[in-house]
Amino acid sequence: MEELSGQNLNACNQCLKCTAGCSFVDNMDLLPNQVIRCIQLGQEDEVMKSKTPWLCASCFTCVTRCPKGVDLSRIMEAIRTLLLRQGKEHINLSGSEFKLPADAPQQLFVSGSRKLSG
Amino acid sequence: MKKSRVGVFVCHCGHNIARAIDIKSVMEKIRKYPGVAHVEDYIYLCADPGQKIVADKIKDKNLDAIVIANCSPNLHEKTFRDLVESVNMNRFKCEIANIREQCSWPHDQEREKATLKSVKIIESVIEKVKQNQELEPIRVPLTKKALVIGGGIAGIQAALDIANGGFKVILLERRATIGGKMAQLSETFPTLDCPQCIMTPKMVAVAKHENITLMTYSALESLEGYVGNFTVKIREKAKYVDWDKCVGCGDCTEKCPAKVDSEFDAKLSKRKAIYRDFPQAVPNKFVIDAEHCIKLTKGKCGVCEKICPAKAIKYDDKDEIIEEKIGAVIVATGFDLFGLEKVGEYGYGKYKDVIDGLQFERILAASGPTGGKVERPSDGKTPKDVVFIQCVGSRDPEFGMPYCSSICCMYTAKQAMLFKHAVPEGQPYIFCMDIRSTGKGYEEFVQRAVEEDGVVYLRGRVSKIYQDDDKIMVWGADMASGKKVEIPADLVVLSTAIVPAEGIKDLASKLRITTDEYGFLKEAHLKLQPVETLTSGIFIAGTAQSPKDITDTVAQASAAASKIMALFSSKEYIRSPTIARVDEDVCKGCGICVNACTYSAIELDTIKKISKVNEALCEGCGACAAVCPSGAMQQKNYTKKQLLDMISVATEDYDKG
Amino acid sequence: MAENNSDKNIVYYPGCTLHTWAKSLSDTFIESFKKLDINLHELSDWSCCQAVFPLARDNIMGLVPAARILIQAREHGDILTTLCSFCFNVLRRTNNAIQTDGEIRAKLNAYLEEDYTGDVHVLHPLEILKVMVGFDKLKSKVTKPCGNIKIGPYYGCQLIRPPKEMKFDDPEDPKLLDMFLESIGCEVVNFPFKVECCGSYQIVQGEDMVADRAYAILSNARKNGAEAIALSCPLCFYNLDTRQNLITQKYTDFSPMPVFYFTELMGMALGIDEGLCGFDKHKVDPGILLESLQKSSDTQEHVTVKNDQNKLGVN
Ligand SMILES: Cc1cc2nc3c(=O)[nH]c(=O)nc-3n(C[C@H](O)[C@H](O)[C@H](O)COP(=O)(O)OP(=O)(O)OC[C@H]3O[C@@H](n4cnc5c(N)ncnc54)[C@H](O)[C@@H]3O)c2cc1C
Ligand code: SF4
Ligand code: SF4
Repeated sequence: MEELSGQNLNACNQCLKCTAGCSFVDNMDLLPNQVIRCIQLGQEDEVMKSKTPWLCASCFTCVTRCPKGVDLSRIMEAIRTLLLRQGKEHINLSGSEFKLPADAPQQLFVSGSRKLSG
Repeated sequence: MKKSRVGVFVCHCGHNIARAIDIKSVMEKIRKYPGVAHVEDYIYLCADPGQKIVADKIKDKNLDAIVIANCSPNLHEKTFRDLVESVNMNRFKCEIANIREQCSWPHDQEREKATLKSVKIIESVIEKVKQNQELEPIRVPLTKKALVIGGGIAGIQAALDIANGGFKVILLERRATIGGKMAQLSETFPTLDCPQCIMTPKMVAVAKHENITLMTYSALESLEGYVGNFTVKIREKAKYVDWDKCVGCGDCTEKCPAKVDSEFDAKLSKRKAIYRDFPQAVPNKFVIDAEHCIKLTKGKCGVCEKICPAKAIKYDDKDEIIEEKIGAVIVATGFDLFGLEKVGEYGYGKYKDVIDGLQFERILAASGPTGGKVERPSDGKTPKDVVFIQCVGSRDPEFGMPYCSSICCMYTAKQAMLFKHAVPEGQPYIFCMDIRSTGKGYEEFVQRAVEEDGVVYLRGRVSKIYQDDDKIMVWGADMASGKKVEIPADLVVLSTAIVPAEGIKDLASKLRITTDEYGFLKEAHLKLQPVETLTSGIFIAGTAQSPKDITDTVAQASAAASKIMALFSSKEYIRSPTIARVDEDVCKGCGICVNACTYSAIELDTIKKISKVNEALCEGCGACAAVCPSGAMQQKNYTKKQLLDMISVATEDYDKG
Repeated sequence: MAENNSDKNIVYYPGCTLHTWAKSLSDTFIESFKKLDINLHELSDWSCCQAVFPLARDNIMGLVPAARILIQAREHGDILTTLCSFCFNVLRRTNNAIQTDGEIRAKLNAYLEEDYTGDVHVLHPLEILKVMVGFDKLKSKVTKPCGNIKIGPYYGCQLIRPPKEMKFDDPEDPKLLDMFLESIGCEVVNFPFKVECCGSYQIVQGEDMVADRAYAILSNARKNGAEAIALSCPLCFYNLDTRQNLITQKYTDFSPMPVFYFTELMGMALGIDEGLCGFDKHKVDPGILLESLQKSSDTQEHVTVKNDQNKLGVN
């Protein structure tokens, strides 16, 4: 995960600033800082089954404010990437069961599927 | 030349050297080196038994020079040179071969190579010591007067100590009054003394002391010379008020129409163009701030001149340069707070009710703009929910300050406590990363804040602050509950990183001392020489060296003062004689060395056409010897021959091992 | 960069959404720049930039489409501009990666058989307006100032973050869009949520989540005095305007707020054909703007009486 994200996970000193600024924590089962914490503790499986990486919208707020220069958005992407490469799609946007709103811009389809379906 | 009898003593330094180097094999090799009469090792040479071994062997083995193979000469060169002197060997017949910092530490994992390298280091030093001359220290006269720069609590304490020790002191301060940041504080942790009670008496003592010359509203212009014999030039800034006449009545200030943000009240109030920082100022005199005075900028007004009963106003005042001879300097220029505008997410400067710690001190202080009533800046309402945020800028490598500011944990606890005392129905919250309360009585103080005053600590950093109607919304997180939290606060106080006082770099370069990567003044050795600098005769104290509280500041100030008193207690200053020397027969008077010398220690004798070294000024840096084309200029005990011999010994046969 | 580059072509990359869904964003931009005498060369034959910058270190292939666009642009000029914040983010970060990361540069060039070193400048139209046109000049070209309409500039995420790479503006309190709006005569309302995320593509997995975000942003803007929002990204527009009905359904206290692309406002101010603005595509009635424009051209002075609240219905 360190390799894929290019981040030194030991640099995170669990200050929680990322969590404090994240817009999506209400729906997350692991807080952003806890994602790193689990990896620091060797509990990668917790992270792999968590909803959190899929709820991260890559808004880069945490990256902007992290005092230790940790790019959490890259860590979230590393987790998503590993899962997608194992064939574990979060949502199959092109699948039949998924209905993209008819009034949506193409951009939504492209960005959503790149992030959530690989 | 008589055959040398060199003794070599190898120290294990516990495991520090012995772990990385095969000491036995080093000794075997050294034993065979020409001129070596004795080799011995010991686990700690610097300890008493170790020193005894060295002293005894010098006598028993009739040694005429010794090499100590151990740690850096910074640490123990003096120890062993003093030792050999006690057994009648000239101190310059003792040399250190540094096989710890330069060998065992960096080559911890390569035993064979490290062993070989330490042999080479020792051999080259043997080569040097064999050729060392017996020299006598140079004695120079000493001006027993100190200069203390910065009139905060550090400078005040140091000046008083030196003055009480019977020596003259000049206390230089750039503001019009002494007192520094401590004068701005409300009450001080952990005892809750108010600075007015514990510091004002010291300020008055400074003013009254016959040994102290107080020079406020002044700046250091230049410093020349060397320890014991400095010449300092001080710029006394134009005050536009004749201090011999000013009686400190303050009539002028009342009528002055020009208003400026008050530095003393951390911009929470206005002062006038003619002002004094606070009523207890020492000296209790007024100055005109030329930048904002209407008369001095636009030529109009002149109200103060008409009003002043003492006829003290002097619009044509000029800066004055004063020259003084001094023997030693203490730099105690203190700190500033980090410019919070750079932390955009906290909205400092944008929202009136987001303030820094010093501003809250002024709000809490009985001497402050609200007379100690807790009112928030925007609308004067008494805040109920107050959020304190620690580590703003500190421990934040992204802002370039990975260090801990060291005092914020404690003053935040104090401010939360004092707030609760002033507003019993209020609720203080503190966001922190952890609580650092390591001083005497500090942890008890924090526990009191939590248990008795109900201060709520949340462990987490804050991400965003914004104004929402008349509340200040704080987005933080709390580790214990594992939640993001939002607090609608009435007032937010940021505990801001401590940074060195503005202008410190410029001052340091005038004094030829160094600063660390953050701009704090650098000590000669963090542990063993914390108040010395690498420039002899210049000492440092207080927050100028690193962030610290009043307790540590005062301790360091007294330490620096005692160093100066030790220096002043001897009749003359003793300098190292390993300085430059000209061979008058060889010198052609080309003068290249004159330009190479940064200490202006070389003069060209135009009649004899030779260079001359001023022994009092020469620091023995060797710059002249390095540039001399004829080889006439040599540094004593570091002659060209010595250095070349050392290099060839150190490098010969290196590959063969 | 030279002050006046009008002889140089600025290459325009529209991206997947701009000719169709967000047609008005593109049309009003092109028309407005014509009025400002700036030549745009629209890339033909382009492919999608992939909308999101690939964050996994080994995903070099993810950078290929953006790199292709940059290389293509180089043939027509040295400035590439794009409107959609997502495209802008991807193109600028890719270019930045090519400039600063030797490994990425080498791999991409090897794959594409090119020698691109990142010398194209990727500029947002707002940056072009500031640096190459100048807001003063823009102001002087305004024929129909926007009147007293109070607009909240909304930046969102992709335009400004991550700041180390985007170097667009102050990441916590950006001002470029504010300055732009002022220069075309709007009254600008600064609001703290102008940099909060609208929920982005997460609408595909949680409409509720986006409704919450959009509600927070628009309410915050309104609380600070805004009557409408200006932005630059089609996806933000979708979440904040097209799907504003999600908010009205969930939050009964919410009353609709019109949303504009900044280029629509520029177009109106510069007097381009109103038909290009595609106001009929807006889900929230933009009448407030039109009324304000009406007023401002009725009176000589732009600083007229305050515009009371307009009741706006959701279409
Ligand atoms: C908000 C806050 C609350 C605090 N509360 C407490 C507390 O409760 N208890 C406690 O123990 N500590 C407290 N401290 C720490 C305390 O303020 C410092 O330990 C102390 O003030 C340090 O004194 P100093 O003399 O080193 O520096 P300063 O007080 O900064 O004094 C330095 C002086 O040098 C002058 N100066 C600077 N540069 C020059 C120059 N180039 N030439 C001439 N003069 C110059 C300055 O004008 C100033 O007068 C607090 C600090 C802050 C910020
Ligand atoms: S803000 Fe950075 S250092 Fe703090 S918890 Fe998040 S990732 Fe770790
Ligand atoms: S002359 Fe200057 S200092 Fe004196 S009253 Fe006027 S403005 Fe104030």
